[in-house]
Amino acid sequence: MAATKPVKAPSKRVPGVLASFTYVDAAADAIRALRAQGRRNLTVYSAAPNHEIEEALQHGVSPVRLFTLIGGLTGCAAGFGMTLWMSHDWPTVVGGKPIGSIPPYVVIAFELTILLGALITVAAVAFFSVALGKRGVPYDPSFSDDKIGIFVPTTADSARQVEQMLRNAGAEEVRYEA
Amino acid sequence: MASGHVITQTHADVTRDVVGTLSPPSRGYVLLLLGAVSLFLIGILTFLFLIKDGLGHAGYQPPIFWSVYITTFVFWVGIGHAGTLISAILFLFRSPWRTAVYRSTEAMTVFAVMTAGLFPIIHIGRQWIFYWLLPYPNSRFLWPNFKSPLIWDVFAISTYLTVSTTFLCFGLVPDVAAIRDKATGWRRKVYEMAAVGWRGTDNQWRHYSRAYLYLAALATPLVLSVHSVVSWDFAVSIVPGWHGTIFAPYFVAGAIYSGIGMVLTLIIPLRRALRIEHMITDYHFDNLAKLTLLTGSILFYAYGMEYFVAWYSGNIFEQTTFFRRAFGPYWWAGWTMIICNAFVSQLLWFRKVRTNLTSLFVISIFINIGMWFERYVIIVSSLSNDYIPWAWDQLNPTWADWGILAGSFGWFGMWFLLFAKNFPIVAIQEIKEMIPMPRKRGGHH
Repeated sequence: MAATKPVKAPSKRVPGVLASFTYVDAAADAIRALRAQGRRNLTVYSAAPNHEIEEALQHGVSPVRLFTLIGGLTGCAAGFGMTLWMSHDWPTVVGGKPIGSIPPYVVIAFELTILLGALITVAAVAFFSVALGKRGVPYDPSFSDDKIGIFVPTTADSARQVEQMLRNAGAEEVRYEA
Repeated sequence: MASGHVITQTHADVTRDVVGTLSPPSRGYVLLLLGAVSLFLIGILTFLFLIKDGLGHAGYQPPIFWSVYITTFVFWVGIGHAGTLISAILFLFRSPWRTAVYRSTEAMTVFAVMTAGLFPIIHIGRQWIFYWLLPYPNSRFLWPNFKSPLIWDVFAISTYLTVSTTFLCFGLVPDVAAIRDKATGWRRKVYEMAAVGWRGTDNQWRHYSRAYLYLAALATPLVLSVHSVVSWDFAVSIVPGWHGTIFAPYFVAGAIYSGIGMVLTLIIPLRRALRIEHMITDYHFDNLAKLTLLTGSILFYAYGMEYFVAWYSGNIFEQTTFFRRAFGPYWWAGWTMIICNAFVSQLLWFRKVRTNLTSLFVISIFINIGMWFERYVIIVSSLSNDYIPWAWDQLNPTWADWGILAGSFGWFGMWFLLFAKNFPIVAIQEIKEMIPMPRKRGGHH
């Protein structure tokens, strides 16, 4: 792995085996083999998303989409609610239009739909990736360059067996992180 | 990287080349930055005069109270549109050529909208009370008039700025993490903070990829709505030359056209300055030029249709306005707009022109000039001959107009140059996504 100084790990480290792969099919094989052994709590690093790895991991669809929908609907309701309430709070006839005139308020409601939809989507990613993300998992800077990393949380007792499995799958470098 | 559209680089090459663009700046870059800052200072100085003495310096007088500042506002909002088109709409259409250029266009969008947002504030005269436009509970319990297109504009532009900034920053996170892992010293600490803990885990990619798709899906209707709303600033009034149903699509096409013009103006010198000619190739310029040709042709049609409708409507006020646009006191502006936008873009039918960077750069300058004049013609020439002939008058731009206009280019250029030297101007992660990862057993998945 790269000689560059590794990124400072969070205080409480999770013990386990960290492996580095050059070949994506080898990494996918390793993931499938580990999952077949019942090891589901893997962390896989890559510089870009990859379908082969996603398929091997068998993740479900991200729940972020639900938050996008909630954000959009909240924005839409806020847009119509705000304009209608404010119009009736100080009723003034403008241009002979009704006090609460829906067609021009569609513009405000539309903009707020997009605004809250986008902001809550990003907030959801931050929540799922950072707040609910795994902590103390080791990392290597080469994973943001051209290597694929797999971290398998395990105890020192079974580390050797996991190391062997990863090497058999094609890992170039494997190390135990206590 | 590419010969045609075949990428021959490896993942490591991409990281190295893009990180290389962040090396210490050359003398040319510093000179450009100083030029931009100088223009910006001219704008600041002019603005101070406007604050001290008022908008009289800008030549505002009856019947023309919307002039160069609103012209320039619409111009900069329009510039932003190409960025969102390339980053969001072409993402949804899965156009692979966008990857090399979308980051720079996205940054251009954010800085253009930041620039545009200054103009309504400059234009209102008493800038210190601009917040009256916002719906806040004031002491008289008055709320803004939500039926006014000017308030629609406040919501549209602020949403556009927020969403496009979010989109840019969100897309930057994995790339900043890649730079963090290569950087040293204080720069590493800065990039570490900017990367917000990104490590490229399967969980992070799972949420990120899905969210990016939704952000693109939200930004797509937004970009179409924003310039439609800007066009309604004009179209919902009854001023001759403004009151047309064609305005929304006409403005959106014009915005994308002007934005791509600015993309070309920025990228052609930038790729040489940052030595990324192998990443942004003829293939990308050819595609950008085709988009320019498409939107330029839509504009050509819209210009023709405006004149046709004015004639066919039998409305004497419309007919007079359009006659005066071509042969009245603003004929020079009217013809500059038509020649630069409708005719010059037609040169792009020829592949040789599309792939010749000198000709593309010259055309892009014509587009920038033409599109600024398009807004000037629409705004100033229409207001100069309203319904009552005795009130007709002309307005010519003053030093205060040119000073603020120059300042806006300086402000925009300054931010863009600072961005280009401190953040990856080419998207590392998306280019890597396009490069097949090496396989032990060969072949493709």
